[in-house]
Amino acid sequence: MDFGLSQDQQMLRDAVARCLADTCPLDHVRECAELDNPYSDKVLGAVQDLGIPGMLVPEEHGGLGMTLLDAAIVAEQLAYVIAPVPFLASHVLAPIALSEAGSEEQKAQWLPKIANGEARIAVAISETVEARDGAGVSFTGGKLSGTALFCLDFEGADAYIVADVSGRLHLVTADALKLETIRLTTIDRTRSVGELRFEQTEAEPLVDDNGATTARLRDAGRVILAADSLGAGQAMIEKAVDYSGQREQFGRLIGSFQAVKHMCAEMAARHEPCRSLVWYAAHAFDSIPEDASIFACHAKSHTGEVHRFVARTSTEVHGGMGFTDLMGLHYWFKRIGFDRQALGGPETVRAEVAVLQGWIKAP
Amino acid sequence: MDLNYGPEYDAFRQQVRAFIEAHRHLAPPSAARAARPSSEAVQWQKLLIENGYTARTIPAEYGGYGAEPDILKSRIISEEFSQAGVPGGLANQGISMLVPTLLELGTREQKQRWIEPTLKGEIVWCQGYSEPGAGSDLASLKTSARVEDGYFVINGQKIWTSTAKQADMIFCLVRTEPDAPKHRGISYLIFSMDTPGIEVRPLKTMTGHAEFNETFFTDVRVPVDQIVGARGQGWLVANATLGHERGMLGDPGALENRLQALIALMQEERIGQARAIDNPVLRDRLLALQAEVSAMKCNGMRILSNRLKGESGGMAKLIVKLQSCEIAHQISALAIDAMGEMGTLYHGSPREREAGAWQWNYMFQLGLIIGGGTAQIQKNIIAERGLGMPREPKLAKTSDAAKATADTARHKQGSA
Ligand SMILES: Cc1cc2nc3c(=O)[nH]c(=O)nc-3n(C[C@H](O)[C@H](O)[C@H](O)COP(=O)(O)OP(=O)(O)OC[C@H]3O[C@@H](n4cnc5c(N)ncnc54)[C@H](O)[C@@H]3O)c2cc1C
Repeated sequence: MDFGLSQDQQMLRDAVARCLADTCPLDHVRECAELDNPYSDKVLGAVQDLGIPGMLVPEEHGGLGMTLLDAAIVAEQLAYVIAPVPFLASHVLAPIALSEAGSEEQKAQWLPKIANGEARIAVAISETVEARDGAGVSFTGGKLSGTALFCLDFEGADAYIVADVSGRLHLVTADALKLETIRLTTIDRTRSVGELRFEQTEAEPLVDDNGATTARLRDAGRVILAADSLGAGQAMIEKAVDYSGQREQFGRLIGSFQAVKHMCAEMAARHEPCRSLVWYAAHAFDSIPEDASIFACHAKSHTGEVHRFVARTSTEVHGGMGFTDLMGLHYWFKRIGFDRQALGGPETVRAEVAVLQGWIKAP
Repeated sequence: MDLNYGPEYDAFRQQVRAFIEAHRHLAPPSAARAARPSSEAVQWQKLLIENGYTARTIPAEYGGYGAEPDILKSRIISEEFSQAGVPGGLANQGISMLVPTLLELGTREQKQRWIEPTLKGEIVWCQGYSEPGAGSDLASLKTSARVEDGYFVINGQKIWTSTAKQADMIFCLVRTEPDAPKHRGISYLIFSMDTPGIEVRPLKTMTGHAEFNETFFTDVRVPVDQIVGARGQGWLVANATLGHERGMLGDPGALENRLQALIALMQEERIGQARAIDNPVLRDRLLALQAEVSAMKCNGMRILSNRLKGESGGMAKLIVKLQSCEIAHQISALAIDAMGEMGTLYHGSPREREAGAWQWNYMFQLGLIIGGGTAQIQKNIIAERGLGMPREPKLAKTSDAAKATADTARHKQGSA
């Protein structure tokens, strides 16, 4: 029995953390977050040097063949510095989709390019969670029609992997005819999402197993969003603790007021078990199939709740300063807000767990 | 318990309703975020004052309607305007905070000079209380004013001054008696924002907008008669206005409006084929909030009755700011959850709902949980004044505590 990160995983975490601390200071994030395309070449370069794009690409296709737990460790570090780089879709979901459901040709065409950073694929599967504004994509006669909202890692993608209404996956290249792409702007300016509109658009199906891969993508996506929330929450707690050890009111450090101490302690108490839950959920995705979906859902919904609390409480500890842009605290606040809603908010995701456990029938 | 207002008031209610029906086409769109009233809003304000639907009890010589104070009538007016979804009179820091303070503590000359144009929306005020080093501990403020040939000469800095950029005037706390104990060395001054030596720098907030500012004073000269109350009495004057601010932040009518907007949103927003309100879990959260808002409305009626009887609001009043701000924040949180991924859209994105108002509110209402006395300070007040609990002991001196923090092993991230 050994519940924890391996030596290699600890080294991975530390290496990523060190590298990002140098390349991704808050001032740099601020510059990127002002732009329509927030992605930082500098941070992307560093991520590339660390081999991150190839983490989940199998070794025979030029990648590192690592696990989702490894990716979760990286996600946490990226969120800790609110890194404005694509990751969730392009470096996690796309390689998983291609490895698990792509044809040999599709794998050979895309996976090596993903691993060496030459190609980025965005992923649109939101409508398999819940459809908004009547969105949804149908596939007939080799063509896609309809709308996919909230395509992840949208900006600058070379291709899109899109789920249709039956949950099957398709690959569409960015230069496809009759494809319209529309940028959406969220509170979180460090990540990029968009809308895809298809009108009899040429697409290549992934040789898929009746939507099973889509379910795998939802699981992986939710674990990574949970890990992201964890990293952002960690940063917000540390900032609150630091600030309360510097700020004085009534001739005392505010951290010496029990009210402030208790706010920080409650954040820590609720946050710390999330780390263990996210690790287990990632490990289950890698090795314990019967737990994978349930724990992905619980990790996602639980971190969504805990870190909404952390985000607001850390802001409160900072007083009016926390509400201003001066300390940039809101970048983490908004990252947590994004993580909570993407691929299903807590209520939606928990309802899925009830179905998964056979408590209720699928709606 | 007798909830009938009586025939006189029922007739008054009919009168208010008839007025609203006849004039609602003149009402400006409710632009809660505008710092300066539009010309439409100024016209509307004038009409409301003339008919006694705002500034009702303010004496006519100061530009009000001059009615006898009648809390129930004021209540009926705000109920009817809110019910009809028509904006009532202007509510800004000048009208909600400064005017009541001047009425209570200003000289006759000050009342004549400042109240009328403030009510009419001609003068916009900002509140210069907080400083970088003086937030919760407001009484430790440092901005100084020395007297020099008939003028106060002000130096220092304020922060979080809402609407300072648009304001014509400021009501401001400054230290005039540096040697007096901290609560007794403060004075309350009012002066023009055009006075030489004032610099206003907008302060961007988490919402992406600059809802407030930093305000710098360098040798700003203010005539000595522009003080409200006596020298060194500014703390008492300010506490009068803080009471009014907390009243403004805790208005149950405003909560009810947000709740109605949420109900409308959840009836409209679709998740697949179903409406958000069809989802039993989201609906349950909505109903729980409706119960909370109902409780605050009833609490408001109780406070009102207490006032009618000349009794203090007691605990019912002490909790209002804390509870109302929290509920308002929760209402926005549910709205975002009901919208799911679409609830994260902001900054004018395509498909954004209601111009991003829910996200803006979610953030701004967190600001209001902090502003006007933080939630923690409110809880201290409830415990100490409301429940009569012992005060916190004066503990760690700053320097000792700093050392203790530094000595403590840092909570390191990600320990395996
Ligand atoms: C949206 C908004 C609008 C505002 N508008 C104005 C304005 O127009 N004019 C103006 O003058 N000011 C304004 N303010 C400032 C506001 O009044 C202060 O931010 C507030 O009083 C808190 O002070 P602070 O920011 O210095 O926080 P701090 O006092 O530094 O508080 C930091 C943390 O310490 C806690 N704390 C402090 N003392 C104690 C204690 N004794 N016991 C327990 N906990 C404690 C606080 O609760 C908080 O969590 C506004 C603020 C906001 C957020």
